Amino acid sequence: MILKDRQSPALNIYFTAGFPELEDTVPVIRALSESGVDLIEIGMPYSDPMADGPTIQQSSARALKNGMSMEVLFDQVAQISEKVSTPLILMGYLNQMIQYGEERFLKRCRETGISGLIIPDLPPELYKMQYQEMFRNHQVEIIFLITPQTSEKRIRTIDELSDSFIYVVSDSSITGKSTEISKEQIAYFQRIQKMKLRNPTLIGFGISDHQSFSQAAEYSSGAIIGSAFIKRLDKEYGEKGIDEVVTKFVNEIKHGA
Amino acid sequence: MRYTIDDRGFYGNFGGAYIPEMLHANIEELQQRYVGIIEDPKFQKEFHDLLKDYVGRPSPLYFAKRLSEKYGSRLYLKREDLNHTGAHKINNTIGQILLARRLGKTRIIAETGAGQHGVATATVCALMGMECIVYMGEVDIERQKPNVFRMKMLGAEVRPARSGSKTLKDATNEAIRDWINHPVETHYIIGSVVGPHPYPDMVARFQSVVSHELMIQMEEKEGRNYPDRIIACVGGGSNAAGAYYHYLDDERVRLVAVEAAGEGIHSGRSAATSVLGTEGIIHGSRTLLMQTKDGQITEPHSISAGLDYPGIGPMHAHLIRTGRAEVVSITDQESVEAAMELSRLEGIIPALESAHALAALKYLTLDSDETTVISLSGRGDKDLATFMKYLDDE
Repeated sequence: MILKDRQSPALNIYFTAGFPELEDTVPVIRALSESGVDLIEIGMPYSDPMADGPTIQQSSARALKNGMSMEVLFDQVAQISEKVSTPLILMGYLNQMIQYGEERFLKRCRETGISGLIIPDLPPELYKMQYQEMFRNHQVEIIFLITPQTSEKRIRTIDELSDSFIYVVSDSSITGKSTEISKEQIAYFQRIQKMKLRNPTLIGFGISDHQSFSQAAEYSSGAIIGSAFIKRLDKEYGEKGIDEVVTKFVNEIKHGA
Repeated sequence: MRYTIDDRGFYGNFGGAYIPEMLHANIEELQQRYVGIIEDPKFQKEFHDLLKDYVGRPSPLYFAKRLSEKYGSRLYLKREDLNHTGAHKINNTIGQILLARRLGKTRIIAETGAGQHGVATATVCALMGMECIVYMGEVDIERQKPNVFRMKMLGAEVRPARSGSKTLKDATNEAIRDWINHPVETHYIIGSVVGPHPYPDMVARFQSVVSHELMIQMEEKEGRNYPDRIIACVGGGSNAAGAYYHYLDDERVRLVAVEAAGEGIHSGRSAATSVLGTEGIIHGSRTLLMQTKDGQITEPHSISAGLDYPGIGPMHAHLIRTGRAEVVSITDQESVEAAMELSRLEGIIPALESAHALAALKYLTLDSDETTVISLSGRGDKDLATFMKYLDDE
């Protein structure tokens, strides 16, 4: 289990590796860990991130321009993972894993201290058919997404198939759109909550501040923030140190100040 | 049939549906319903009535006498350029708009490269009174202006894709993102035999009207219902899929796929996917694509916006890898020369895409008694600016 049983809501922060500068991956991870986030999701920059909105697309394009590659990323993670206790997971696309070699990719995850993977374009059926054994052998967890359109039956299948947490997409929308949590969304969160899944749930997409974070946490084990963090990092980078930007952001989300 | 899709949505190792959960419900609905809808006699009647009276089908199979003399063989042109809107693309958009209505969808999105698919989509949306949004790369908007105006005149909204190379690949990414944001009311009309299953098969079925007509027309003209060879250009590969379809398992018919070599296969500015590509995933499908060792998709180049795509439909990847189809790569320069040649020999100005297919003739060994069908997928009006530049240099 990536998320341990816990009282307070879990905060998962996503950032793009190699952004704003190539060498920022390690300091960002360190700062996030020190500021008390519960889970760090490291984005593997991709040329064609079809499930990501403009903010993550742009940060990915910039990271690639900075020279980010899978080798560099794994090396960076290896430098820091033993020094932090926060679980680290990777988010990227299936083609990246295939080109690296799936076995080799999972082995490298294990070696460098990555405990789970979010691969949005790897559907659960395909995972079960082709990859489940491989993930188990390398002790890397898979994290699946569910949306308001995912049927109850399918949610149950996904819950059986994973042993980490379930990423609840708050709206059928691309990451990075900040809107208030609507009545429909709350009804959806409550529907999931009532299912009493064996895995914890984290709500993502559209969570950007203390209010939406606390609201989401009422119906789940916590929430995931990505685009809002990337935007902040981009805006304040250079003016302030990474530690300062990160600490302030995390405090704002957790405590509203 | 060996070369069509299996029940998991694969052509050999290629195909499948590698999609995020946000699109699962839509794709699953399509997978479960497309065959039933398409094979429904009422659908078939509506589809074929529109193809006949609105599109102007069957498109002629024209024996190109002077071109044949020049190459010392029997050459036929399948005149998709004479369709309403000027290309084969409308065969598919008519089919998909009828399907979208049966799925209860009210909003249509599409991607476009050269603008032919965008125009064909805007056209059928006007015909059916449906909202239409077309994503088009900023670079393509610039080089295919007449088609941008056509789409606007037809009532569509053209949204520029500004990411990556700002061409077809990026327009497709934007369309997919739109669909993720509006999954319930929207149908995405993909213009080629690419994308997650069932799109490659669905689009191929709609385009297969071309090879169906070929069988009848060949019988009339040559006394047998097949040619010795079919040549078609391949970007994603929808006109090739349509021209090949009924002959896929008929090994008497040699299939020639023509790719865009751009400024030369190894120039760094090319779209010759079968040579430069490796197996991977693009736009939800496992196929051949141009990419780095790290799996980053590389930017293609072709003078022809319709062939300027770093991937290839999974059916074509399978045909090529199994040796069923032979590949010829044609440069920008060769395609313009072939367009000039057809214009002056036959009085037909072809689209730059189709000109790639014509340019392959000089690389093939053609016997005098063999019959070859060249898929003339579109007309060249949209490419006049490019041709004018060439004529000025001439």
